[in-house]
Amino acid sequence: MDDETYFAIPPYSLDKVKKQTFLSETLCGLTRHHYQACPAYRRVLDAMQFDTTRACSYYDLPFLPVRLFKEYELLSVDKADVVKTMTSSGTSGQQVSKIFLDKATAARQTKALSRIVASYIGPKRLPMLILDTPAVLKSRTTFSARGAGILGFSMFSRERIYALDENMDLDREGITTFLEEHLGKDILVFGFTFIIWQHFYKELGRTGFRPDLSRGTMLHGGGWKKLLDEAVSPADFKRSLHEVCGIQRVYDYYGMVEQTGCVYMECERGHLHASIFSDLIIRRAKDFSVADTGEKGIVQVVSILPGSYPGHALLTEDEGILLGEDDCPCGRLGKYFKTCGRLQNADIRGCSDTYAVQTR
Amino acid sequence: MQFRPDKVECLCPLEAAYDIMPSLRALRPFSAEIGAFLNALSQVLMADKEAKAYPDVITFGFFCRKGNIEKLKNTYETRISHRLGRGVAFHIAPANVPVNFAYSLVCGLLSGNACIVRAPSKPFPQTGIICRAMRQVLERDAFRPLRDYIAIVRYDRNNDTTAYFSGLCDVRIIWGGDDTIDEIRKVPIPPRAFDLTFADRYSICVIQAAVYLLESDPVKTAQDFYNDTYLYDQNACSSPRLVVWIGTDGAICAAKRRFWAALHETVQARYTLAPIVAVDKLTALCRCAMDLPGVKLAIMPDHLIDRIHIANLSSNLEQYRCAGGSFLEYDDQNLDALASIITRKFQTLSYIGFQPEELREWVLSNGLAGIDRLVPVGRTADFGPIWDGYDLITFLSRVCDVG
Repeated sequence: MDDETYFAIPPYSLDKVKKQTFLSETLCGLTRHHYQACPAYRRVLDAMQFDTTRACSYYDLPFLPVRLFKEYELLSVDKADVVKTMTSSGTSGQQVSKIFLDKATAARQTKALSRIVASYIGPKRLPMLILDTPAVLKSRTTFSARGAGILGFSMFSRERIYALDENMDLDREGITTFLEEHLGKDILVFGFTFIIWQHFYKELGRTGFRPDLSRGTMLHGGGWKKLLDEAVSPADFKRSLHEVCGIQRVYDYYGMVEQTGCVYMECERGHLHASIFSDLIIRRAKDFSVADTGEKGIVQVVSILPGSYPGHALLTEDEGILLGEDDCPCGRLGKYFKTCGRLQNADIRGCSDTYAVQTR
Repeated sequence: MQFRPDKVECLCPLEAAYDIMPSLRALRPFSAEIGAFLNALSQVLMADKEAKAYPDVITFGFFCRKGNIEKLKNTYETRISHRLGRGVAFHIAPANVPVNFAYSLVCGLLSGNACIVRAPSKPFPQTGIICRAMRQVLERDAFRPLRDYIAIVRYDRNNDTTAYFSGLCDVRIIWGGDDTIDEIRKVPIPPRAFDLTFADRYSICVIQAAVYLLESDPVKTAQDFYNDTYLYDQNACSSPRLVVWIGTDGAICAAKRRFWAALHETVQARYTLAPIVAVDKLTALCRCAMDLPGVKLAIMPDHLIDRIHIANLSSNLEQYRCAGGSFLEYDDQNLDALASIITRKFQTLSYIGFQPEELREWVLSNGLAGIDRLVPVGRTADFGPIWDGYDLITFLSRVCDVG
């Protein structure tokens, strides 16, 4: 199937058999491509004694740990063809992932993301309220995960404003004007989970400012770690936001800079869903065998998008649980799952005190 | 700088007078009173019901018994007859090995020093058991004079406290690896004092394939090797990370099959691989594959044991270390290539099928920068007063010379 035909398929419309057939063919093809084009990747597959010429299920393809992208510059195209380098957001001092995109891969990411998001907010571009500061976009050559998310989702908007100023303070006036202009219309609200909570929700609570976002659809991502520290559950998050701004449609998403475009969107039932552009396999630590439905394991992801870097099959450092496939009450086909946060640091023995520092 | 006694928990005795320690009378190495104290401690530990659940505590108790201390003393013969403890030894124990603090203390006492020992801040049950036994022994009238010589303390990383103890000491013993050493060294010690440092090290195992096939009981050997590695998450400085097989291709192939199959049985029965460690191991494999020539991962039933075959030896192998059961493997006909990559990072060489004297001669005649210990497989974690190439008894005591 060519790209064009495939991108025209509704993103949650393939059942298990059809999706597996397509993904196996495409991902085995990508494996051969990267094997030819990326020497470092080839060496890994050779070390694993993996035969790329043999047809197989995508379940059997080797996967790289995402951490490698922090230590190595992995690409399957000439550096001259790289149009965009994405980096993960790390706190200062931490190494960040570097993901190299050529024109084709960047375009495919955009296309996939727009197909997924359109299935939630409709095909029309909406006015967009970004619950973040424009300061994260300062650097135009490298994109942090936060910046990339904002830019990626901005495609679905026709007009946008930032709710926070350069100092992360709420721009009440700007928000009010924006909402008055678009009174009675649907709007897209986008942000990162923790920033929404810390700099939007808490500020509304503190100031008594009550913007009306009842026509809004909120998409948010970036993980729950910090909110779990504050004992805020997804249900608390939704309810609290509804209380302060009347928003009703709030969707979390799971995604990573290493596979931008293939976001896993939350449905009305609170489940994260794999689209037809990607999939997720929960694996056991001991042998990387496939975990059962309902069994917690390490999240492995595949994506059909990465052509310019060998990131089509990756092992994350997240834990998750597969909840089912093709039978979510929301009606979307494909796998649905929940995440359980980062893998816990091991309480490792040994003489050196610094194990955790070295590897994390 | 200010010392805050309330920031320090003294585990043994419950209250210590640190400031008088420098003025205590120095003891002679292997003094009778310390020998008697250790033997009494051994008896209490061996009879302790709770201790039975901790093999490392029992091993320590066994180490302290009279017979063993006498035996150690005899190895020093007359070399210690004109020596005295240096004064106060300040020990900083590693955070992740529960019983190391106790061995360090014993070496300090046997050399004749008063000892301040910083135990790991993690609340290991072993720390409690050993300190309780020690307090019990020190309560006895016979050992009361020794009470001032011992202070086992626990405190959260705090430079003021470390500075206070460092200011009292004549020798500072730093366990815990490179980063801890860097950190502690920023804190000054008195002019005559020095640091004895236990840095991050790299250890290897060398197996004569034909001898293993002929003489070893695979199950026993697997348990021994397990104790060298998985028992400490393959993360002790003495845990082998590189296994070198010596012999003909045929013998090596057969020996490997038997050795790893037996180890796999043991690991499967006893070891739990943490998910993050599984990811670490996959990362280590990928890094090796990308950086080193001719890397092949051996086929195993699962990832409890990762065997990464390398086609050449190079001196940067220690950069590819990974805990939790990740082994580099290399085949050769003799030890020549191995000799060429030994750096000062290398600590323990454990072996099967070699004569230790023959291996020692190999180290000495090649003038190798590393390898301080040669022990049979199964004995890498055995503690002795000679560690990391230092004779602790000698380093922790001073000579009174007659010119």
